[in-house]
Amino acid sequence: MLEVHALAKRFGGVVAVDDVSLEVGRGELLALIGPNGAGKTTLVGQISGAIACDQGEIRFEGHDITRAPAHERVRRGLARSYQITSIFKRFTVLENLALAVQARSGSSFSFWRPVAGEKALFDEAASIASEIGLHPKRESAAAMLAHGEQRALEVGLALATRPRMLLLDEPMAGMGPEESQHMIALIERVRAGIGVLLVEHDMDAVFRLADRIAVLVNGRVIAAGKPGEIRSDPQVRKAYLGDELAA
Amino acid sequence: MKAAVFFAATALLFPLVMHVLDQPFYIGFGARVLIYAMAAASLNLVLGYGGMVSFGHAAFFGAGAYIVGILSVEGVRSAWIAWPAAVVVAALAALVIGAMSLRTRGVYFIMITLAFAQMMYYVFVSLKAYGGDDGLSMPGRSTLSPGLDLADDLTWYYVVLALLAAVLYFLHRLIHARFGRVIGAIRENETRAEAIGYPVYRYKLLCFVISGAIAGLAGALVANQSGYVSPSLLHWIQSGTLMIMVILGGVGRFWGGPIGAVALLVLEETLSGSELLGDYALHWQLPVGLILLAIVLYAPQGIAGLAARWRRA
Repeated sequence: MLEVHALAKRFGGVVAVDDVSLEVGRGELLALIGPNGAGKTTLVGQISGAIACDQGEIRFEGHDITRAPAHERVRRGLARSYQITSIFKRFTVLENLALAVQARSGSSFSFWRPVAGEKALFDEAASIASEIGLHPKRESAAAMLAHGEQRALEVGLALATRPRMLLLDEPMAGMGPEESQHMIALIERVRAGIGVLLVEHDMDAVFRLADRIAVLVNGRVIAAGKPGEIRSDPQVRKAYLGDELAA
Repeated sequence: MKAAVFFAATALLFPLVMHVLDQPFYIGFGARVLIYAMAAASLNLVLGYGGMVSFGHAAFFGAGAYIVGILSVEGVRSAWIAWPAAVVVAALAALVIGAMSLRTRGVYFIMITLAFAQMMYYVFVSLKAYGGDDGLSMPGRSTLSPGLDLADDLTWYYVVLALLAAVLYFLHRLIHARFGRVIGAIRENETRAEAIGYPVYRYKLLCFVISGAIAGLAGALVANQSGYVSPSLLHWIQSGTLMIMVILGGVGRFWGGPIGAVALLVLEETLSGSELLGDYALHWQLPVGLILLAIVLYAPQGIAGLAARWRRA
């Protein structure tokens, strides 16, 4: 479904992403792990279209999207969430989600009809709010939400675009254990039938959710395979996992 | 809604009051305020709602004015031709300037819009065929239809008011329609707007063009107001004046533009007259500056924001 081939990105002299190739199939969840600064977020940025590629190719459902603008990739069904929460803070939860629904339902070059009267838009937004557990908070401004709730909305915005492939950049960042469990459950619910690329530091989440794991170190994929293989890979243990999983 | 009724009633009654008080001069002054209210409202669309700090809005205002001025000396005085022409030319200017400027952000956007406007200013300064530096006197106001004599100040006032009302109604619909929602989202978080599927650049450009077109209409009216156009209409000081109006009235507040235009022009009118300040009236800009400073420091949402806070309290 998503094929990344020999992708590269340099920032001045720093090679952030170095000859990365990976694949995510329909219904598959690929977790991307690696130490801070390994290039994970840069890679997500390249796949989502926010960052231009120096080299390589990205194909989504057979189409070459290497040079396609970000908004076009979203229309094709490739949506992302952000490591650093990026929501519309002055809008309510419902308005946030309705905005994402609006982007894929009809033209928004509409200048006359009040959007507040579009029931279908807000009904769908409300059902996504329930899905992410924010239905009770749907009328609150996004800025007023607790951290964990903002993270849920962050993922909700990506879900509201009705993606066929999700790029989740550290959805559990800064979450407490209980909130993380909610997020894991949410990802379990929505992943059916779609592809997911999950960047995450929470190893508990990664080993519970992932079908396959790729390990990125210094911009290169040093290992990829089933969770069991990655767990026992000596190179991975040395470079990244350390003793954390030895016990 | 209450605000709309209040402003409409005030604007409708103003000339009658001036008539009763035998102060016909102020009817002309009132029309000028309404025209600037339209120009400031157009700037507020890009500045307040779209988050694009355009420091070159005088370019569209002035272009609209010059089109009407040039057409009138060439013998085309029908408002039905001259005013739409002003709107179209201003919109085209906004399309060209916006297409290039909107590739930049922040301070660069401010500087590049300013630079384009100053370029247009110098074009008209050097346009000797149409008065150059001295400006251009029009043979008279545009003609609208038999029975409506725009040269009559009272008729003129109400025609301007009708156009302002139409523009404000359109802006109100636009802001609350899908397009307005997207523009607001882009101001809030441009990156995320793109990441949920909006071609951000296209939305910003269209917003810029609509704003430029409305500024062009205001320009067409201001040319008629004074019967004279000059390059000063395109000068950056004019852009700054419009910006001060928006800040004074309330950035991103629906009534911000109109309130700011009323506030600034009324302040200017009272403070620059010798009745109030005597010889010090020469320095009327100083108190205006101090008031602006107070607004920025203590009421960043402008007078409209203050009024809203007041109502809630």
